[in-house]
Amino acid sequence: MYQYRRFNNKNGFFQKFGNLDYILLSCLLILGFISLATMYSTDGGEVLFHTRSHFIKFVVFFAMMLVISFINIKFWFSLGYLSYAVILGMLIWTINFGITASGSKRWIDLYFLNIQPSELMKIFIILCLAKYFHRMKSQHVNSFYSICFSLIIIFVPMSLVIIQPDLGTSLLIAISGIVVLWFAGLNHKYFFYSCLLSIISLPIIISFLKPYQKLRVLTFLNPDRDPLGAGYQIIQSKIAVGSGGFTGKGFLKGTQSYLEFLPEKHTDFIFTLFSEEFGFIGSVLLLLIYAIIIYRVIRIGALSRSYFAKLFCYSFGTSIFIYVVINMSMVLGLLPIVGSPLPIMSYGGSSMLATMIGFGIVMSAKTHSQQSIA
Amino acid sequence: MINISDSATKLNSLNRRMFIIATAKIIILGGIVSRLFFLQVKENKKYLTLSDKNRIREWKLPPIRGEFKDYFGNTIAGNFEAYQLHIIPEEVEDFRYVIYRVKELLELTDKQFKRILKKKDEIKPWETLIVSDNLSWEKFSKINNHLYDLNGVKPVISISRDYPYKENFTHVLGYVSQANENDLLTNENIKEKFVPGLKVGKTGLEKSFEQKLIGSNSVERYEVNAYGRRISQLAFQTGDKGETIRLTIDTKIQELTNELLKEKAGSICVMDIYTGAIIAMHSSPSFDPNSFVFGISQDEWQLIRNNPMKPLVNKSLSGNYSPGSTIKPIVALSALENEIINPDFTVQCKGHKNPLELYGQTYHCWKKEGHGFVNLREAMKQSCDTYFYEVARRLGVDRLSVTAKKFGLGQKVFKDVFDNEKSGLVPNTEWKKNALGRNWVLGETIITGIGQGFIQTTPIQLCLMTAQIANGGYKIYPKIVANDDNQYADKFMPLYKKSRNIKIVQDAMFSSTNEVRGTSFRSRLDDPKYRFAGKTGTSQVKKITERDRELDLKTFEIPYEERDHALYVAFGPYKSPRYALSIIIEHGGSGGTVAAPLAKELFKMIVDRHEIRKNYDNKKYLEI
Repeated sequence: MYQYRRFNNKNGFFQKFGNLDYILLSCLLILGFISLATMYSTDGGEVLFHTRSHFIKFVVFFAMMLVISFINIKFWFSLGYLSYAVILGMLIWTINFGITASGSKRWIDLYFLNIQPSELMKIFIILCLAKYFHRMKSQHVNSFYSICFSLIIIFVPMSLVIIQPDLGTSLLIAISGIVVLWFAGLNHKYFFYSCLLSIISLPIIISFLKPYQKLRVLTFLNPDRDPLGAGYQIIQSKIAVGSGGFTGKGFLKGTQSYLEFLPEKHTDFIFTLFSEEFGFIGSVLLLLIYAIIIYRVIRIGALSRSYFAKLFCYSFGTSIFIYVVINMSMVLGLLPIVGSPLPIMSYGGSSMLATMIGFGIVMSAKTHSQQSIA
Repeated sequence: MINISDSATKLNSLNRRMFIIATAKIIILGGIVSRLFFLQVKENKKYLTLSDKNRIREWKLPPIRGEFKDYFGNTIAGNFEAYQLHIIPEEVEDFRYVIYRVKELLELTDKQFKRILKKKDEIKPWETLIVSDNLSWEKFSKINNHLYDLNGVKPVISISRDYPYKENFTHVLGYVSQANENDLLTNENIKEKFVPGLKVGKTGLEKSFEQKLIGSNSVERYEVNAYGRRISQLAFQTGDKGETIRLTIDTKIQELTNELLKEKAGSICVMDIYTGAIIAMHSSPSFDPNSFVFGISQDEWQLIRNNPMKPLVNKSLSGNYSPGSTIKPIVALSALENEIINPDFTVQCKGHKNPLELYGQTYHCWKKEGHGFVNLREAMKQSCDTYFYEVARRLGVDRLSVTAKKFGLGQKVFKDVFDNEKSGLVPNTEWKKNALGRNWVLGETIITGIGQGFIQTTPIQLCLMTAQIANGGYKIYPKIVANDDNQYADKFMPLYKKSRNIKIVQDAMFSSTNEVRGTSFRSRLDDPKYRFAGKTGTSQVKKITERDRELDLKTFEIPYEERDHALYVAFGPYKSPRYALSIIIEHGGSGGTVAAPLAKELFKMIVDRHEIRKNYDNKKYLEI
């Protein structure tokens, strides 16, 4: 038995090829196709910059994901701390030499593309923490030292992103980290108490927010207080989604986006446009695709032999779920507006890159599901 | 290396927590789906209308205003094609160059030019900038010749109000001008149809018939984007032109009244005594309503406003005058009706030396030498004041006021057609007690008998009064709109008790104009076809003192404001009366010398025009 497995672990290229999760792959391809179609619609029914760029990014990063999936999961395990440190360095670099756009420094110029390190951090913090907890004995997980160390791992990139400023992404990084802590087995009561604490301290946090962020919170509570100003985005977004109806207005026929009533329609509000054109049915189908993807990711985790792979897959799947939920809730007026892209659907290279790396590692866990990590 | 049992507990805990999370995920997904369902299925209607409201915008175009025609179908207030110059700033490549070029071509003053630039800053770049709203043909063609040089400039022909007869109809029709805030607040209809540059009636019939005249907007429905830029036209809905309103007025006679009242302040009203149709109604001085259509210049406005003859007041309807002797027919009629006197009742008029004296007050007749013994007919003919003092004293003001009101004095003639009409005042004892809190004194009755004191009438009321005497004492309702077919139950109801009394008064008025010593004898027309009957009146604007009586100044020697108003009421042709008129010349002097001669001119034309009017009616019926 053991012999067989050892033999199996050295499996060849074709065997790995056969081990790929084709349901996950086809779901990702469908999602990619949907996102391209939607992007085509945001460009007003023409193949313009956004569609072309999104297409190239999707193809390149999808290919990259396949390459990653053939690399042994052990390699990614060993890369855990290093990659985290590299991204951290990039974040520091951003603060000093970043490209400023619409009031915040988020990008660094890599000559061939501008990259947003904060997006990459959403994945690599999971990788780093998964590696950290992989080695840990269960009785040490709740020790003061390990909690402190893991919180530092979360707080350093988070604060670096906050000062960009980019509240949305820093929250998502924190959530990704916290998800890993949850799966690693941190005591329930810590989560409970910190939840309580954050609710109590919410008013104090709000007083520290920047004026435009405060406005967003106030606007969320009552979008009609300034319908043409701060409340404009959310009101127009709700109108677009609501007017879509059961079957939608039809592909390329979304008046709200076509006539430029929708803000940020390429990025954070892409779901609005999709929902306006494809209606309730389309939206539920899209949700279903996301659900299948997340289910597959978690299933891969469940079938993996190593604790690291399990932890990574569970955390990554849950993080993707949370990104989707936060983005949709925001668009549907259930949460205040925070900058959070919809994975794969939204336009944005760094987000796509990070997501595809994540799926690549998951796929690698699948192809090397019998690999145990010492 | 790794403790197997430890690894197992770790995996256990991981799977347990995964299970908790998975449950939470399903619940949250359900939440999102239900939110989607709520927005897209349950509230779909609401958001669909909101979305349409977002994307569809309507542009209203100014409605085309209905016209006014005179009785014979001549347009007296119409629409004309105004030459305008529009620029859409965003379509102009070099706005500065173009606007300076336009300034050069139109010879705009710096002030006008600045106003245009200011207007440009106020509008969106894709909205129309109206550079000039009423260009002369020369300038319009000049612009057209230079169009190659003026990219984005649009010469436009638009429709605007025109009053071809200028000052002739000003007080009847009123005028139109830009709608202001007040118009929008008071008239729902205007508010609904408002577009920038909409002209609405400000006074007169233009205002009264606003609802009918305004028409309805043409509507252009466009799909617009978030910035309000038009993307595509979805629909065009043609509006209706406002109703055309035909008046009873005869332009020829109206023009004559204007001619007759040139350089004078006053009013002439002419009425059909059977139908109540207003044939002419003019108030002088008048002004050109065309100057208001595109906004009047400050200088012109000051000139009109500060004119001491008050061109802005429609004297026919809102001028309250003491009727003077023109009230005498009513006094006589009232006395006859109440059987206070009979036509043979005689009073001796002794002239200035022996005035009628009551409680220390003296009441003079206008004639220094007195009229001697006069009966009713003589007294009317010579307008003897002493006679009517005595009649009024016997009659009493209350009985007089009943008759006067019956004949239309003291109340609005046109009800609510004109918003500036005054109701005048017919006093009685009760009125004075209520209004002034003092008791009526006999002296006031006496001067009311010659139309002085509290009594106030408007020229149109005097005209109606005369018309109702002329038609044999039957009630009529004056009208100015030709197809006004309001039915009144008491139309043509007799206003008299004995029709003989009316005849007596008519005869007395005839004598006043057509017999020697009559006050308007010099203004008579001898041809029986034109012969008319009338009553002069001279109403004092100031109490005559003993000193004035001694000086006995001629009219032109008295300061303008203190001169008497000259009045004249008449009806004709006497043989078979058809028209009544009233003439008032403010501060003109005596009625017999100033007002009555105008009636002579008028009746000549009125009677001649009657034939044409009759033929026009008949022909019209034939055509149907």
